[in-house]
Amino acid sequence: MEQEVRSRKALEWDLGKSPVRALNNYLHHGLAEDGVEEVRVLNPDGAHHIAVGMDAPVRVDIMGNAGYYVGGMNKQAEVTVHGSAGWSVAENIMSGVVRIEGYVSECAGASGHGGLVVVEKDASSRCGISMKGNDIVVGGDVGHFSAFMAQKGHLVVCGNAGDGLGDSLYEAIIYVRGEIKSLGADAQEEPMTDEDHTTVASLLERAGFDHPTEKFKRVASARNLYHWNSEHDQEY
Amino acid sequence: MCGIVGLLIKDPDKREMLGRLGTEMLEGMATRGRDSAGLAAYTDEVEEEDARKFSLYAPNGDLDWRAFADGMQEHLDREVTFETNGNHAVVVPHGSADAAWRWVVEEHPEVSLLSVGRSIEVYKDIGHPADIAKRYGFRDLVGSHVVAHTRMATESAVTWAHAHPFTVGEDFCLIHNGSLSNPNNLRRMLQRRGMHFDTDNDTEAAARFLEWRLREGDDLEGAIEAGFEELDGFYTFLIGTKDELALVRDPFACKPAVVAETDDYVAISSEFRSLAYLPGINDADVFEPGPEEIFVWNKKSVAAKR
Repeated sequence: MEQEVRSRKALEWDLGKSPVRALNNYLHHGLAEDGVEEVRVLNPDGAHHIAVGMDAPVRVDIMGNAGYYVGGMNKQAEVTVHGSAGWSVAENIMSGVVRIEGYVSECAGASGHGGLVVVEKDASSRCGISMKGNDIVVGGDVGHFSAFMAQKGHLVVCGNAGDGLGDSLYEAIIYVRGEIKSLGADAQEEPMTDEDHTTVASLLERAGFDHPTEKFKRVASARNLYHWNSEHDQEY
Repeated sequence: MCGIVGLLIKDPDKREMLGRLGTEMLEGMATRGRDSAGLAAYTDEVEEEDARKFSLYAPNGDLDWRAFADGMQEHLDREVTFETNGNHAVVVPHGSADAAWRWVVEEHPEVSLLSVGRSIEVYKDIGHPADIAKRYGFRDLVGSHVVAHTRMATESAVTWAHAHPFTVGEDFCLIHNGSLSNPNNLRRMLQRRGMHFDTDNDTEAAARFLEWRLREGDDLEGAIEAGFEELDGFYTFLIGTKDELALVRDPFACKPAVVAETDDYVAISSEFRSLAYLPGINDADVFEPGPEEIFVWNKKSVAAKR
């Protein structure tokens, strides 16, 4: 019987010694040449732009707190922050997985086209705004104006949602397990279908959360804002 | 873009940490603003009832502060203590503060007032925040709380006078990340009430508005709430008073703020990266204030009002 033993080639990068720009340059250019499949980033200390623009099927583990834009524009890679992160985590993610073990600040997973963003604790305001096909699973709460103008994809919130959830929503679907402080303009609560339960269960499993799907509520667009109506007098 | 930093040391026995930690936090925010910086520290209070602590700025940098203090002492016939740092001086006339200030205005019209109060000391200047911190010895400051600012000017000139903090009245200061869209209206409204302005800066208008509300009888929370109605624009404000440190973000929370709280301190910054090196940060309660959430920490009772 043939047995394939795959030894993954790993690398440690200390940001205390070599800055983010050099790291990202290596991740974009040197990585493939060296055949490295795992990168551990040490001493991130809240630096911005770590592992932005990845386009390789590798693991990047950030061993601490990251700043703004971590995992931005990610393709293929599995980026994990073993700590919390700042604004715009995985902004414009295309594919792959960006996971934050702690909390994240505003605009997490905003405007992404694909891939999965997992926040294990809370996400601040504007989580998933203008998302265009990516999935976001938040283990805790999301702040105000989350999924504003979200066009495609799913936002799954295991905790509570803040004010103005799903304001001016297009075709993205939001699932919330806890309380919704208020819905934004044109967002409405709808009954969960079997397909919704399957979607939520599958995303929870991929994110590593264990919740029954029964408690989740579905929020989607009422589509009243799709067509301007002069009789509405700007009231929707 | 600008950076804000605030630190309140809870345990009076640990106030020696204030300067060092505050300076490291300020330097951590140099990436958000490097054209000017400033700091207000709340240090030991002046004991005599009518005495005050003056932070003064001599723009040309060639003022003989010893002769200045001697002159003031001779005029008041009371002891005057002072500490100088180049163009800055903290002067305490141990007697009537009013008489002392009248003397400054008459004898040294070139000298500007950065702050007056029982506890506050203010330093601000143009240049890189790390250079300014070194120039004025921020690391050695000992006190209960500090607010500091790194500026990247977007709406008015880069001068020492336009640098934050802005002070009004006694022991009150404000720093601001953001921009207001109605400072001219505010300024005109306050000028009609007899208030004098030093600059055309939007933050000065907000500072004078909030201090005016306090004089009209509002408490700090009430003044900030009045600001929700009157101040139009983006802001994260950090406000210092003799006993309090307050934090608020505008109704859309457009500008960042992160708070880290431990048994020893409350630390506030625009970004986590300037909190990353604080002692005990890994066990701190770290959170982001929501829109219009008002936080007021009092040095005498450090549980936050939310």
